Amino acid sequence: MTEYNFAYLDEQTKRMIRRAILKGLAIPGYQVPFASREMPMPYGWGTGGVQVSAAVLTPKDTFKVIDQGADDTTNAVSIRTFFQRTAGVATTTATSDATVIQTRHRIPEEPLHEGQILVYQVPIPEPLRFLEPRESETRKMHSLEEYGLMHVKLYEDISRHGHIATSYAYPVKVEGRYVMDPSPIPKFDNPKLGDMAAIQLFGAGREQRIYALPPYTQVVSLDFEDHPFEASKADHPCGMCGATDSYLDELIIDDAGGRMFVCSDTDYCEARQSAGHKGKDAA
Amino acid sequence: MYVAVKGGERAIENAHAWLAEERRGNTDIAELSIAQIREQLSLAVNRVMAEGSLYDPDLAALAIKQARGDLIEAIFLIRAYRTTLPRFGASEPVDTGIMACDRRISATFKDLPGGQVLGPTFDYTHRLLDFKLAADGEVPKAPSRDAETGNVPHVTGFLNREGLIEEAPHDDTPPPDLTREPLEMPADRALRLQALTRADEGFTLGLAYSTQRGYGRNHAFVGELRIGSVPVEMDIPELGFAVEIGEVILTECETVNQFTGSKTEPPQFTRGYGLVFGQTERKAISMALVDRALRWEELGEDNVGAPAQDAEFVLYHADNIQATGFLEHIKLPHYVDFQSELELVRKLRREAGAQQVQEAAE
Repeated sequence: MTEYNFAYLDEQTKRMIRRAILKGLAIPGYQVPFASREMPMPYGWGTGGVQVSAAVLTPKDTFKVIDQGADDTTNAVSIRTFFQRTAGVATTTATSDATVIQTRHRIPEEPLHEGQILVYQVPIPEPLRFLEPRESETRKMHSLEEYGLMHVKLYEDISRHGHIATSYAYPVKVEGRYVMDPSPIPKFDNPKLGDMAAIQLFGAGREQRIYALPPYTQVVSLDFEDHPFEASKADHPCGMCGATDSYLDELIIDDAGGRMFVCSDTDYCEARQSAGHKGKDAA
Repeated sequence: MYVAVKGGERAIENAHAWLAEERRGNTDIAELSIAQIREQLSLAVNRVMAEGSLYDPDLAALAIKQARGDLIEAIFLIRAYRTTLPRFGASEPVDTGIMACDRRISATFKDLPGGQVLGPTFDYTHRLLDFKLAADGEVPKAPSRDAETGNVPHVTGFLNREGLIEEAPHDDTPPPDLTREPLEMPADRALRLQALTRADEGFTLGLAYSTQRGYGRNHAFVGELRIGSVPVEMDIPELGFAVEIGEVILTECETVNQFTGSKTEPPQFTRGYGLVFGQTERKAISMALVDRALRWEELGEDNVGAPAQDAEFVLYHADNIQATGFLEHIKLPHYVDFQSELELVRKLRREAGAQQVQEAAE
């Protein structure tokens, strides 16, 4: 693909995106509008993440893409192939070897280190969107730090269900200022957002927004003193590697309702298996 | 035994190969050429150019062929291509007053300077399937006469002489560029029109229709609808003047809307405007109606809460490439989110069940 620039986007566009990223890093949790381009994949399929990755990738980078924690889900394969073709960068499935990781819906189990960049694909960047559909209103609410509506929603959940009925895309507050949507990661992953050594960049292509968390940023999941935030997962060990600390996918394995639970992070699970860990369903 | 799913890459490659085969169809049937699509499916080509925001009939025809006739997919191909093109500059504003009209009608005046020209329209055809076309598509040559020379004045200009229609003051402010700046609210009229001209035809039609049925009714007459080619000029700095670089076919619709006046404006006719690439009159008329509905604020009208009056609602949902991408993304895996929902629902059910048991025991 010599007819396209390195990592597909032209340098002017990348510069525009980098400016938005820098602004985002300077104001953690603030949604920076940017002139998202049409990409050769559909809106809603990671165009924001792809544009952010294209803007931060250098020829020396090693790139990893996960979707639902897995390197081999079809859209992860498609995005990885896209950058192999347009940027010729090295790719990996090993979390620790990657310098740029693009993700949809998960944060890798293995803690990230300094020098790494985690790029999130974001469908709806506005945490207040389903409480107030108007962009003009929600921007005002952010600028005035008017987050009462969100607390009322969470409180109503508790009074109705006994729990906060949000299990993914669980809202967080960044450095005591902006309420932010962490993208649809399970709330199990929320504690990893704060104090992370890696840079976290969030790209929403269709909604034309970029936001960011610089390393070691304070990120707090919204809760109440008497209803503290609780990261939850299926109460099982992984059937393949026996891990008890990883987020699990539930699989249906027969017609009789048989189920098994397996790490959603394929790299984590495979590394544990090669290190000799074995779950009850492993061969 | 569970085996981790591998081979996504090969599955994707095979799916693409199958898709290419399906696109071609039965190889006993002659393959469609780009020229055939461009010449014989020209209204589809026009729609793809209009909503793809790229005036190139050959590329639009190629996109239609590649997309197996799925026009939104074809529009997507054109959009993704156009965004990679370098920008040499911007043209001068086109002058539709010097349009070489193939069609020009007014629903407000029986006759007018420049005349009524029906042009190649479906309007008065009887919608009877023409079975002869199935066997033989050759047609006799249509009668012709010399084209009218001279400019074709705009109908709204006649009304303006009497001061009966609102002024459309000359404005040299460069319009914002939707494809280079994020769409932010409030959007001025230039930006709204830009979004509407590439908006999905079906969505725009539905909104326009809703205003006719009373959701933000604005009493539109088609003051004028014209279709034809206009020269495109570009200022060349080295020359110091503008030169003609080509022609485009446009459809322009100006509606004249009844208006009894508001707190800020006197009784007068008001305007709605539609301008779209190619022969695309359903879209141009729809655009003009929606444009007029969105102008409630500047005309001091009441917001009656109609969808077509709501600029955020209209502009954020009118782009079919954004809409189809987001809609179809729900086909992607959501195992992780679904799993977290499963856990939550199980927990809530467990607790609700326990409570019922306890109540029954009491």
